[in-house]
This record gives sequence, C-alpha cells and structure tokens, in this order.
Amino acid sequence: MWDLTAAALETAKLRGAKYTDARIMHLRQRDLTTKNGEVGTLAESESVGIGVRALASGAWGFASTDQLTGQGVARCAAKAVAIAKASALAKRGEVKMVDEAAFIDSWQAPLEKDPFEIPLAAQLDLLLKADAAMRAVKGVTLTETDMQFRKIDSWFASSLGSKIHQRKLISGCGIAATSFKESEIQKRSYPNSFGGQYALAGYELIESLDLLRHAPRVADESVALHSALQCPETTGTLLLDGSQLGLQIHESVGHPIELDRVLGQEANFAGTSFLTLDKLNTLKYGSEIVNVVADARLAHGPGLGTFAYDDEGVPAQCTDIIKDGQFRGYLSNRETAKLIGLSRSSGTMRTESWNRLPIIRMTNISLKPGSGTPDELVESTDDGIWMETNRSWSIDDRRYQFQFSTEIGWEIKGGKKVRMLKNPSYSGITTEFWNSCDAICGPKHWTLWGTPNCGKGQPMQTMGTGHGAAPARFRNIKMGTAFAGH
Amino acid sequence: MAMTKHKVEAGALSSPRELKKVIDLVLRLGRLAGAQETEVHLDETIDALTRFANNAIHQNVAEEGVTVSVRTVVDRRTARATTNRVDEDSLRRAVAASLELAHSRPQNPKLLPMPGKQRYREVNRFSRETALLGPEQRARAVKRACEVAMRSGQVAAGIFSSGQSQLAMGNSHGLLATHRQTHAEFSVTMQDDPAASWAKANSGNVRRIDPESLARRASEKAKMAKDAQELPPGKYTVILEPAAVLDLVGFLFYDFAATALEDQRSCLNQRMGKQVFGQNIAIMDDVYHPLQLGAPFDGEGMARERVRLVEAGIPKNLVYSRSSAKKAGKKNTGHGFALPNEYGEAPMNLVFGGGDSSVERMIAGTDRGLLVTRVWYIREVDPYEKIMTGMTRDGLFLVENGKVQKAVRNFRFNQSLIELLQNVQEMGPAVRTTAEEAFEMVVPAMKATGFHFTEPTKF
Repeated sequence: MWDLTAAALETAKLRGAKYTDARIMHLRQRDLTTKNGEVGTLAESESVGIGVRALASGAWGFASTDQLTGQGVARCAAKAVAIAKASALAKRGEVKMVDEAAFIDSWQAPLEKDPFEIPLAAQLDLLLKADAAMRAVKGVTLTETDMQFRKIDSWFASSLGSKIHQRKLISGCGIAATSFKESEIQKRSYPNSFGGQYALAGYELIESLDLLRHAPRVADESVALHSALQCPETTGTLLLDGSQLGLQIHESVGHPIELDRVLGQEANFAGTSFLTLDKLNTLKYGSEIVNVVADARLAHGPGLGTFAYDDEGVPAQCTDIIKDGQFRGYLSNRETAKLIGLSRSSGTMRTESWNRLPIIRMTNISLKPGSGTPDELVESTDDGIWMETNRSWSIDDRRYQFQFSTEIGWEIKGGKKVRMLKNPSYSGITTEFWNSCDAICGPKHWTLWGTPNCGKGQPMQTMGTGHGAAPARFRNIKMGTAFAGH
Repeated sequence: MAMTKHKVEAGALSSPRELKKVIDLVLRLGRLAGAQETEVHLDETIDALTRFANNAIHQNVAEEGVTVSVRTVVDRRTARATTNRVDEDSLRRAVAASLELAHSRPQNPKLLPMPGKQRYREVNRFSRETALLGPEQRARAVKRACEVAMRSGQVAAGIFSSGQSQLAMGNSHGLLATHRQTHAEFSVTMQDDPAASWAKANSGNVRRIDPESLARRASEKAKMAKDAQELPPGKYTVILEPAAVLDLVGFLFYDFAATALEDQRSCLNQRMGKQVFGQNIAIMDDVYHPLQLGAPFDGEGMARERVRLVEAGIPKNLVYSRSSAKKAGKKNTGHGFALPNEYGEAPMNLVFGGGDSSVERMIAGTDRGLLVTRVWYIREVDPYEKIMTGMTRDGLFLVENGKVQKAVRNFRFNQSLIELLQNVQEMGPAVRTTAEEAFEMVVPAMKATGFHFTEPTKF
C-alpha cells in the first residue's frame, strides 16, 4: 500500500502540488436483519480504493479511484492537482494550514472477539431468538432486529512525511417491537432506536447487551403504550435517559461547534451555527454542572469517534468544549484552525470512505458525569416527566431551536414514576436548555452511546460519532407540543 | 481485464460489451461454485462535485468506481456479497462469500425462483455534454454565481455537480438489463447576514440548468428576507413553493409499498379506497415521465410499471415486488428492491398532479398567509397520522392583502401530511423538483389552509 501512496504523493508533487495526502482504505461490512421471524438483509461487502487530496495554486482538489495500480493511482493524483488548479479559478485567497508533525505509526483498536470470525449462523440465531421473544407478546404486530459489523483499514500518507496505518472494528445491534392498534402505531426499541447501540468493539458488545433478556420488556411496552395517557402539553421538569441525552448532545452541542459550519463552509446544506467566533470564551452555554469534551482518545472509551489519528494525520486529542458551563472550544482541522488563529488542529477531520474528502466531524462529544443514581434523580423530583429512547429529532439550521420526541415517557410525582405516558416530546432553545440542567447522574450510569448515522457534507457522508451521557434533569422545559392540536 | 484497462485509458463508462463480459464471468463462477441460481448487479459511477462557500471554491472532488454485487441461491437460501474489485479472483471470492452467507441461513420456502428474460421500454437519459462537463466549466459557473453575490454585498455557498452512471444486471435465467444516465445539479445559498435564501435545480441534462439565474433568484430573495419579524405560533394559510412541497410529501413514498401495509406500518393501513386526501390530489409513480430519471427496471430486473397511487384523493393502488404481489394475489408492478431485504419495494418516481395556478397567483389571492421557500430537518413524529416536524429555512414571508409584506422569523411546524393534502386550495403545474430531504420528484407549488406552526426560532 505504501508504494501506491508514495506514487500518488510523487505524481502530485511533479504536477505542482504544494501539499498532498493520500489515503487507501479497505472497508468490509456485514449486515444482518430479521423481520417477523424471517431473515431480511443478509449481505457482506468490501470496498477498496484511494483518495488523493492536493493543494495546488493555493486551492484544494480531491480525486479518488478504485484502480489500485501504479498507473491508476498516478492518474488519480494528477486529476486531484488538475481539479485544484480549476478551484483556483474561483478562489479568494491562498489556503493556509497550521503546522503539524509527521508521524509514522500503526494502530489497531482493541477488540476481544472478531465478529467476522464468529459463525454467521450463531449471529442469526441470536437475532431470530430475540425476534421470537418479541413476537410472543400479544398485540405486537411487527418485530425487527439488526446487527452490523464494519472492519476498516486505512493507510494514510502525506507530503509532510506521515505514514499511518489504522485498523478499526465497529459492531452494532438492536431490536424493536411495533404495535399497531386502531389508529396508532407504537414502537419500543432496545438498547436504542434507529439500529441500537454501536461501539468501536468486537462481538463482545453484542454479548454484553443481553438482547434476549430485554426482548419481552420491549414488546410489552410497545403494547402497553396504547393504554397509556397522552403526554400533556406543559412546561416543567424533564428527566432524560442517557441515550436520548446523547442525541441531544449530538444535535445541540456537537454540530454547532463544528468550525466549518461556524465559518460558513456548510451554509448551503447542513447550515451554519449560532456559535459565532465572538461566543468563544464569552458564552454561558450551560449551567455550572455542564462540562462537555470532544475526546477521540481511546482513554475516553471505545466510541464511534475514537481513533489514534484523524484523516488529516493529526493525533487524537481531548478538547474542552464546555467547562463549568462556559463555551471553550470548537472542532477544527488544520485549515480552519489557521483561519481563527489557533496554533493546532483539534484533530477532527474524518471521512466515510476512500472516495470521500475528509471534513470536520464530531469525535466523541460527551457530557461528563455528575453524581448519584437514576433512582435518586427520580426520588429528588417532585413533579416531572422522564423520557427515554428517541423517536424523532429536528433542529434548525443554526442549531438554536430543537424538538425531540421519545418512544416512552413516565410521569413523576412525589419522587416516584407513577404512570406511563405515550407520545412524549420536548422542545426549546439550545442555550436555554443547557442552562436549565440541574442534575447529572454519576459515572456508573454514564454510557458512551454510538450514533452511526450522522449525515454531513456534499456529496453526503455518513459518519459514526460517540456521545457519553448519564441520565440528567432539566427545569422549565416545554413538553408535549408536538402532538398538541392533533 | 478489458473493463479495467478501458477505465484507465478513457475515464469513461464501460461499454455494454465490457459489462456483459463481467456479468457472464460472474454467472459462470456462480455455476462452478455450486450456486443453483446467480444474479449480478454492476454499478459504475463517474461523479464530480464543486463546492463553494464564502464566495470561493473550498472543496472540489471527483470519484470513479465500480461495484459488483452477487446474489446466489442454494436450496431456497439466498444472500448477497458485494465487491468493488473486478478481477476474476475477487469476483470468485464474492461468489463464495455470497454462497457461504446463504448456507448459514434458514431456508425460505417463499423465495421465488429468479425471473427470466424481460422486456424493457427504452428511456434515453444520457447527455454527452453533461458527461463531459469538467472542473473548469463548473468553476467558471461558480465564479459567476459568486460575482452575483459580491455585487449585492452577499455571500454565496453551494454546489455544482455532474456525473454519469450505469447499472447492468443479469441472472442465470437469461435476464439482462442495462441503463445509463447523466445528472447535473446546482444549488446556491445567498447569505445577506442575518438573512439567507436558496435556489436549486437538478436535471439529467446540464443545459437545463442556469446557475447564474438561480444565483440571481436566491440573491433577490435573500434581500427580501432581511429584517425578519417574529409572528405568534398558530395555524396559517401557507403557500409552499415546490421545494417545500417535495420535502414534506416526500415522506409519504414508502406508505405506498405493499410490504409496508402488510407490516402495518403504513399510514394507509385501513385507509385504502377511502377519501383520505382532498379530491384535487392525484399521485402517480411513473419512471417514464419526461421529468424523471432512473432505470426502467427494479432490483430484480422486472420492468417498472406506471401506477396510479391516488386518484381524486383516494388511495387506489400500491406498488409491489414479485414477492409481495404473490402474497397479495396482485400483479407485480416492478418496484422491488434488490434481494434479500426486509422492506420489499417502494415507488421511487413520484409524480403529483398539478393545477393551473402559480405562486404569484396564490400570493395575489391570499388575504393573510405565509410564503414558504423550503423546509428543513423533517422528521416523523407520528407514523400513522403522518405528523411531521421540521423548520422553515431560507426565506419565510408574510403575505397580506395579496402581496408579500415582510420577512418572518423561521418557524417550527408539527403538521399532519394527511391533513395538509386535505387542505390544498390551489396548485401550480407539477415540475421536477429537488431539495435536501426527499429524492427528486415532480410536484407542484401548493396553497393550503391550517398549516400548524408551533414555535418560532431566533432568526
């Protein structure tokens, strides 16, 4: 592989590139699903190719190819330079980047059990058993399960002299039961909705989730929701489980801190950000107990945003985003760091595949834990609503106004969960929401949730991100608006 | 092999002969490996996208690639393996992987044998000029759009993309289907801080796209969008431009899948044949419509048929795959996804019936309402009543006494699509429309009453 990346760097240099990086990636994926007791998707795929990013005439060009021969790679590199020169026809200044060191390294994410070595029949058997356990509950009308594994090798080389090989393995799975009755569809999922839980881990993740224990509960709740009271339209105390809070962090902290958005580079599609540069170190983002970090290091946990180096060759880092409630940092790359006067990239350039340009992406954007247990959180709440497992999510293009709904809610009275609520939702303004946080549960209840489906960029790229969160409480939150008036 | 050599030399799509050669090779490898049936999909793409922001190009990419996807069947067990390597050893490994997966699963007694040779109606969706569009041409068009912005003191961001692709499939029963097409797209956001507006077009032929005109339209609207005032939430009459219509009604497409009804997750469950929408609503799926793109065959190689989904507001028909048609005792409509899958099928070429009004006439006939340029981040709140939430974006305007009066701060909405399509008062002609949430469709601008805005945002 290194011969091919070297050929790409050499060709680009000869064609006039001032900086080049080349990345060969080999991606292997297995997808399994079941529906109503039958196997649905059963597929494996592999994809290998090279992407070359060249800086020439002060502008960027990127080209990719699956032709992994000396000739194919050279043609790809020459094309990247030609595209860069075309970009210079509509440039307003020279691209500049902060310095970075050269690294020669090889890193493999730890795993205990390689899922590609586990018999497929055993994986399907687990899903079919979970599916059957859900279908055994009367009133369940649709059962779905899924499992996915991805093995990603990347060989990154840059004209700075870096040569970095990384191997990652991602596992994920989830189950869901749906109940249709009269004019209502209710659904419950475990361990999370939209595919379940994902991590930078092997088959040990699947085993740790104990799907068979949770399947009957999930099915029971999907049916019971039909008899539950409608979540009222009210303003009051909201308690969120960790999985929903993880998505709240993703949408209302993770995206607005992306420096490419802040600087207008995503204005046409993903949008911009309310976190304009004047807000750095001046905005009170949240209450004093709110501490958020962007941490790509393995020490943070096996998240979907964990790696050793980003796709620009910058080592993984931990950056304070919100410290004691104050806004402290952005997600940056070498170019945007230079634009705002930082001395170093925060190491967040990531790409979906060999044929996509690396762009600024979330790593693991996590809310640090507080103290106490979920039971203590409920016991210390006189009147509120507990919401868990995301059902829908939406936020405006500057990341101010959001609305989330969840699969299930629980009314809390006098420190106890007293009854189930259906169709719960809450909404608000990002900074008002985070400033209303008055309790976060402790480290034992903190989970690094994986969001496998974050879309950004043109052409669109799907990326996995990590979000550590423990259940937390928020005051004076507007709830129930999504269903009001219907 | 010949295909690889050709791509290296020309950077163009492979010839039909080269495609057939790969398909025949995979089918032969399938037989040799013991597959009782083999199906192969070959997808080839050559794409480029020029991206600009802050009145300059900041990203500019190109890609080329081929994937070969193999499905084998053995003892009523089937599975799929995909690779982007087209040398014989890699294709042999893909066949073996597919068979290994298939052997690991339980039998599916309902699995149908692969279909034989089919007939397809020809569609011509390839434009040589679009296929040959280069980075310099895109850069010059982008520069002109940025100059429109700079002349008005605005900031432009957007994309100009173009490309060509082809799909070929064959199976061991003699089926062979091929399709090639080109595409081009220009999208521009004009920022007139703190306001912004947007325009976008998509076509199989780049000649039908006028980037400068789109830039001027977005620029004019961005000027109008300044000084936005906050209005109270509530139910408003809305004039939805086609992009806003698309990103809302685009969420209805899977509800017309026979499998979605079988699974009881469609909003049309127990509603087929009833007056669900207003009498002025007609929806077809029509891959042959002159404003549509796409192949005239589905994931199993069956010819796509036109289907009248909704007539006079009444859902009349669904789309089917071979399997769902057999289960329902209906005729297959050629809308199946590649097997194996759990979703069955979907209409992918929706065409709404239009009307004889226009956005201008809708505005002129409105005492009080809101003009919506586009909507954003649409998600399903309730799957049966089809309540969708989302935000307005890039230009929301108050219409009073037949005129656009002022810009309005963006709103969140929670709106049932069923109610929306019951409340349509007027429609413009249906046009090919592109936005960001739904795939391209042919939809009209619509004026509708009682659109439910629930909360404003800060801009």
